[in-house]
Amino acid sequence: MSDLTAGLTRERGLHLLGEMLRIRQFEDRCAELYGAGHIRGFLHLCDGEEAIAVGVMQVLGSGDAVVSTYREHGHALARGIAMGPLMAELYGKRSGCSGGRGGSMHVFDAATRFYGGNAIVGGGLPLAVGLALAEKLQGGRNLAACFFGEGAAAEGEFHECMNLAALWKLPVLFLCENNLYAMGTALARSESQTDIQAKAAAYGVRAAAVDGMDVFAVEAAVRSAADHARAGRGPVLLEFRTYRLRAHSMFDAQLYRDKAEVEEWRARGPLTTLTTRLKAAGLMTEDDFQRLLREADAEVQVGVEFAAAAEWEPVADLARHVYAEVAS
Amino acid sequence: MSDTVRMTYREAVKQAIREALNDDPRVFMMGEDVGMYGGCFAVSKGLLEEYGEERIRDTPLSESAFVGAGIGAALGGLRPIVEIMTVNFSLLALDQIVNNAATLCHMSGGQFPVPVVIRMATGAGRQLAAQHSHSFEAWYAHVPGLRVVEPATIDDARGMLRAALACPDPVIVFEPISLYNMEGELTAASAQVRLDGARIHRPGRDVTLVTYGASLWRCVAAAEELAASGLEAEIVDLRSLRPLDDATVLASLRKTKRVVIVDEGWRTGSLAAEIAMRIVEQGFYDLDAPIARVCTEEVPIPYPKHLEDAALPSPARIVAAVRGLFSDAK
Repeated sequence: MSDLTAGLTRERGLHLLGEMLRIRQFEDRCAELYGAGHIRGFLHLCDGEEAIAVGVMQVLGSGDAVVSTYREHGHALARGIAMGPLMAELYGKRSGCSGGRGGSMHVFDAATRFYGGNAIVGGGLPLAVGLALAEKLQGGRNLAACFFGEGAAAEGEFHECMNLAALWKLPVLFLCENNLYAMGTALARSESQTDIQAKAAAYGVRAAAVDGMDVFAVEAAVRSAADHARAGRGPVLLEFRTYRLRAHSMFDAQLYRDKAEVEEWRARGPLTTLTTRLKAAGLMTEDDFQRLLREADAEVQVGVEFAAAAEWEPVADLARHVYAEVAS
Repeated sequence: MSDTVRMTYREAVKQAIREALNDDPRVFMMGEDVGMYGGCFAVSKGLLEEYGEERIRDTPLSESAFVGAGIGAALGGLRPIVEIMTVNFSLLALDQIVNNAATLCHMSGGQFPVPVVIRMATGAGRQLAAQHSHSFEAWYAHVPGLRVVEPATIDDARGMLRAALACPDPVIVFEPISLYNMEGELTAASAQVRLDGARIHRPGRDVTLVTYGASLWRCVAAAEELAASGLEAEIVDLRSLRPLDDATVLASLRKTKRVVIVDEGWRTGSLAAEIAMRIVEQGFYDLDAPIARVCTEEVPIPYPKHLEDAALPSPARIVAAVRGLFSDAK
């Protein structure tokens, strides 16, 4: 547990917990809607990893670019993509934030500079390097923040991008969500060096491991990293140690891990611990908590109703957007 | 000042790059050895000194990272020209090209077009053996979301790169390795050439030769030989491999009634197969003879010259294929 709560206000504490609750309640509803057949395809939920999404987004500015993975609902919500267009995307409706063409794994939003939703592990890293290069060449001060899982560290693109970003001193934040399992393969079963941040450090990338279950630790680490990158001193990798409390996807029987291990991490869950801390510090009452929960549920309900009422893309538009429709 | 300037294919490409760098501050170039070395095929020689390290960027040997970075830079508002030494190495970046460049516009509902230009050398003829000589244009042409072009003339070498940079979509530009040293006249028309659409390179009445890239010049040699015996071949230079210009091919066929497709790719699953099928679908009743194909033999390209020559389409094979279409064997 971080000691970063010194000076924490009630307002700030409730804001952070409320943001995480929005994500948790959204994901819970997604699981239900998947069972009911409204969401299809692959669905990867981020329960347990909310502190990372929320902590990171406290630091990023509106001009910063975000590149994410197929487990990106939390990142998208924390970034400010509204629940209606996000849920409509999961339904595959035309008013979804990607026009319904991407689904759960491919959330895009130009207004918040959210560049996916990339479902090839490691494939988003070069995009983030390029976005940061564009920023640097145009003389801006924005960052490219790139989420990926620890499984990506086994991909060549991870290593190529650490080298390239460090070589060119690009303003990239490499944000590794190390939840210990690449789908069902434990880190130690696939990596000779399980310390992900050490790999980045070997390329001259400033790197650190962070408690990904503690929103204050996440925010503090990202703030320092962002200052470093914005100052033109090069990329930073943060390895957030976290845990995925749900299955990998809706097709995962979780044969590869013990229930006891899941329960152990559940007790350390970011919402559980923050709730306990805020109450212990006298910053939040049970009534406050229930209100946050009701607000989150109400927002989710509005989003679901928006998605349910939204129209399907006409089949006549099937081939739209394969190529750009406007000269750029 | 003359209307035409004599130069090599290499110089025409370089001129297009220089014009782009001069005209648009968003344009930059990156790739392996494009800077200090001057480009593996010397296309970018001197550009580093002229434009500096920010705009002429040497990259590590990390095809996936620097091609992906080109895609990301395009998303970020720039107009990157990414050079991959040869199509053979582009396979190391296939994930970025197929899974990202080709999909992002569609998957994002049109929010994120990817205006990146990816240039690469292609083809055989320099005795570089089986890891530096192949023609994978058909693989890229298979993918919706990409535009795939292959300039075969001096004007197109300059003009199509210019058009590619003006296009909001990802454009793969193939440059035949055997044409870099080819000399010809750059004309004023090069400033107006289109990115897509085929072109009648040589008009003729008796047979249509459909081709692209370095094989254009094999067809030209074959047509001259055929002309000596009274057969006038019309040559269609496809120029764009995705989209394909069916209309120009079919219009030529309606005139000649016979067609030979000349393709440096392997026959199986080739662009030649695709073009032949389109002719069957749309022009079957215009055919007076079966469609013929001259493709590369189905072997990895061998090193010794006599075997490499035997593997590739040649004027002699094209002439033989044409004569085979005429029952009276003119």
